[in-house]
Amino acid sequence: MRFLPLSENNRRDMLEKIGVSSIDDLYVDVPKAARRDGLVDLPTHASEMQVERHFNKLASQNTQAGSVPFFVGGGAYRHHVPALVDHLIQRGEFLTSYTPYQPEITQGTLQYLYEFQTQVANITGMDVANASLYDGSTGCGEAVLMARRVTRRKKAILSGNLHGQYQDTVKTLTRFTEDEIQILPANPAKPEADIEALKAAIDDQTSCVVVQNPNFFGHLVDLTDLAEVCHAKKALLVVVVTEVMSLGAVKSPGAMGADIVVGEGQSIGNGLNFGGPYLGLFATNQKYVRQMPGRLCGETVDANGERGYVLTLSTREQHIRREKATSNICTNSGLCSLAFTIHMSLLGQVGLKKLAMLNHKKTVQLKSALEAAGLKVLNTAFFNEITVDLGKSAADVVDRLAAKDILAGVPASRLNPKDSTLKNLLVMAATECASDEDIEAVVSALKGEV
Amino acid sequence: MTKYTKDHEWIIVDGDVATVGITDFAQKSLGDVVFVELPENGASFSEGDDAAVVESVKAASEIYAPIDGEITAVNEDLEADPSLVNSDPMGSGWFFKMSIADAGQLDGLMDEAAYNDYLKDLD
Amino acid sequence: MLREGRPTTPEAIANDAGGIETFSGNRGLRIHEPLIFENGSYNRTGVDMEDAGAFETSLGGMDREESDINLPGYSEPETMRHFTRLSRKNYAIDMGFYPLGSCTMKHNPRLNEKMARVPGLSDVHPLQPLSTVQGSLKVMDELSHWLKTLTGMPAVALSPKAGAHGELCGVMAIRAAHEAKGDPRKYILVPESAHGTNPATAALCGYKVKAIPANDEGRVDLEALKAELDETVAGIMLTNPNTCGLFERDIIEIAEAVHAIGAYFYCDGANFNAIVGRVRPGDLGIDCMHINLHKTFSTPHGGGGPGSGPVVFSDRLADYVPVPDLVMLDDNSLSLKEHVEDGDANFGRMTAFHGQMGMYLRALSYMMSHGSDGLRQVAEDAVLSANYLQASLEDVMTRAFDGPCMHECLFSDKFLKDTGVETLDFAKAMIDEGYHPMTMYFPLVVHGAMLIEPTETESKHELDNFINSMRGLASAAKAGELDRFKGAPYYAPLRRLDETAAARNPVLKWQAAEAAE
Repeated sequence: MRFLPLSENNRRDMLEKIGVSSIDDLYVDVPKAARRDGLVDLPTHASEMQVERHFNKLASQNTQAGSVPFFVGGGAYRHHVPALVDHLIQRGEFLTSYTPYQPEITQGTLQYLYEFQTQVANITGMDVANASLYDGSTGCGEAVLMARRVTRRKKAILSGNLHGQYQDTVKTLTRFTEDEIQILPANPAKPEADIEALKAAIDDQTSCVVVQNPNFFGHLVDLTDLAEVCHAKKALLVVVVTEVMSLGAVKSPGAMGADIVVGEGQSIGNGLNFGGPYLGLFATNQKYVRQMPGRLCGETVDANGERGYVLTLSTREQHIRREKATSNICTNSGLCSLAFTIHMSLLGQVGLKKLAMLNHKKTVQLKSALEAAGLKVLNTAFFNEITVDLGKSAADVVDRLAAKDILAGVPASRLNPKDSTLKNLLVMAATECASDEDIEAVVSALKGEV
Repeated sequence: MTKYTKDHEWIIVDGDVATVGITDFAQKSLGDVVFVELPENGASFSEGDDAAVVESVKAASEIYAPIDGEITAVNEDLEADPSLVNSDPMGSGWFFKMSIADAGQLDGLMDEAAYNDYLKDLD
Repeated sequence: MLREGRPTTPEAIANDAGGIETFSGNRGLRIHEPLIFENGSYNRTGVDMEDAGAFETSLGGMDREESDINLPGYSEPETMRHFTRLSRKNYAIDMGFYPLGSCTMKHNPRLNEKMARVPGLSDVHPLQPLSTVQGSLKVMDELSHWLKTLTGMPAVALSPKAGAHGELCGVMAIRAAHEAKGDPRKYILVPESAHGTNPATAALCGYKVKAIPANDEGRVDLEALKAELDETVAGIMLTNPNTCGLFERDIIEIAEAVHAIGAYFYCDGANFNAIVGRVRPGDLGIDCMHINLHKTFSTPHGGGGPGSGPVVFSDRLADYVPVPDLVMLDDNSLSLKEHVEDGDANFGRMTAFHGQMGMYLRALSYMMSHGSDGLRQVAEDAVLSANYLQASLEDVMTRAFDGPCMHECLFSDKFLKDTGVETLDFAKAMIDEGYHPMTMYFPLVVHGAMLIEPTETESKHELDNFINSMRGLASAAKAGELDRFKGAPYYAPLRRLDETAAARNPVLKWQAAEAAE
């Protein structure tokens, strides 16, 4: 057994030192009825080669995103990640270290977390960011809980143009708390109407308004007015960004007046991985920092006066506050935040802007090609995602194109099957990975379908 | 008149106003205080309600209203310098002042001698 | 004659540098590394890409100026060096023994990393048509099968993102089950030795927590527990093996008592490593339990995540498994139930998409590599190693409880009484010895607790070296060598850090000097 260093001789010597005759003597506290003598009914150990063969076989039953024309987005995006990122995150000192509870011997982790927090605060245009949460959707739920703590009000209003699974996650997380969640209907064709409806729904019981930008259907909307209405009614504005790449091209949520920004950071440094692990970004204003969930890393000095970093303000957290903690969260997405930090260090503001504009250009190109082919695109202001009204079931079209090895996008109904108005809508994302040939292939295939 | 609670708070009564803080024993148990969350002026509490929170690096503790009453003043100096709780817990490290809705409740609290006996029993 | 000869034996001069200060401020391999923001350039990028050039944008007038992003960049070599230097300031399992109790810091096999990066499994989008991701769904199905078989439980929810998220999933299922019967009930019982996430989770589910005291043997006080059991109690959250490293002997009786009042039994499976392959939680009367894939099944801790916390359920709660849920169709293809339908018992969705697929791949690779025989040996070697440490240290340190331990052994600070050395000092001195300290001050039920978990992946040689150091430190403490402890660590990249200053005046991001004023 290649992972187990103890030899039979070692085991015998150790049992002797302990003063028992067999390993069973160490399990005496297990009730007799629950002790199992034989092996459980599963295969016995396998060599590296056997395991690899099995995984390769499973892989062959998937359609790999990079092997076909690919326009799937909807909260997870395929971007090119520089080779250096994966090399560095596999350094054992990062990969096989625990949460940095002993700061003297984890300055590596702590310094990159501090750099990560700074990067996230700067791109979102906010004062402070935490050391990451599980992902964007759970972060969205945490933002709603935080808004209640800050405002001492219970009603959160969610835009209908917020990612459907984010809506579901918020509803689930708050199902047994005092929060009331009001979700407005989706408004894929008129994003401004969604904002007006949100404004109209705010009252003196509203803790926060949660709005996604660019929204699920790809629309960009300036939220400055909405922020003003929220603040006039003493409610918080929570802005959700599922495509963090957009922050390289689009005015930041902070500049529009957001009080909390929740982001899915996967696009920077992290692959698709069939939905996880991803990276929850969470930023807010200085005055709310003690109500923030998750870990925070702060600057300090050591006994010799040298600069260093520690986890701080941990009295907010479950290991100290227990049932009064701001959240039950224990882990962050450490290694995913490292991948983000490395990729972002490579990009810098120059690279991020350039990459974001390249994404936007590909999507402008996709939109023109779709319209030239007679297809109806709903967006005027957008980043790298647009919605097409196919005039027939988008899910059926997507399935038929998949059979031809074209992954055309996300049928809006996949996330919200109960809303029949979404049935014909296809949400398409074009990143820097989309080639001219890919765009041509998907447009011509869609044209053939409708 | 100074009274004490089992939660290691002190109450100094001056006329119809009670000043509340935490004892030397409490500040030593918490360690270096890094943050104090104070109630809002005018907030009213019943005995035993959470009125404030005091935090050190590794511990956090609720401060309970020792009696019924309304907050009449809070020690804003603690915001800038929470270490006052450590350096002068019975003086400049006070937390808040409150009105005394029911003076009878004070009788249920310990005086200094009783509190010192209480501390001895804790060890 | 070749003339490259030079002295190769160090001259016998002073042993230390005698206070020599270097001109760079570095000390050999200990290299000072500034922040990206101090060294990077705001005009540079380390990524080459196609230039978008001029085109008509459609950003709705919300264009962002480059300088507003406010992030410097590095070239590739600078990035490589920055993060490589940072990495060298970290302790890690790859470098040495990491006996952090309750965290199960075992070797992370690199095959698992390789399997998680097979392009056909990693480069797959969660919202691709299900017909194009049958391989990924099979991974989920196989992982489910392994978890259900190892725990003896009939149902599993894979999606929770980490242990605490799994706890939340489990307690939500408990609450949903009670609500379906018309009364959510009021209390969750949690032993006072529990991990802090347990009460935090109960509170998120709208429950009040009642703490159950431990008995003198470090286990739940059964009589105290029974005294609290009535029909206002929704369930109990119990860690087994518990946070003292002990198996709860009365667990079956506890389960029966909990079930007798119609409540549910949540087990925190953080310590499953001690019993995997030897004991099935399903045989103990447990109704739901999360499994930390990053502990028992060795997905890397990554400096604090990502984790993965699937939850297994008994028949009593199987209807309440949240979405997404795997479904086998008639043609033997796999599908995902992604939405709650009217009339469903399940309580919703824990997260967008399908959970931590990257971690499922690593855990499955780990399980297959070990097999049923290897996993059983994992538990046995982990328990053997912990008992070996306990037996080798009990004469110089103070054991918290009698009897064999499970996969970790617990000491109190009694052996340090009157030495002036505290648990924290002892831990910091371990850093100088080349070890990561054990878990300290947890569980709260033991004074100055020191919780040591060796795991099964340490050689006897490594364990013996550790024992030697610990015995040495215990003697030094008793001999009054205070400097060794109070100033420790001396040999780490930094000395002890000022956590009070960090918390009193939080500085949570870098700002240019003028902006920080």
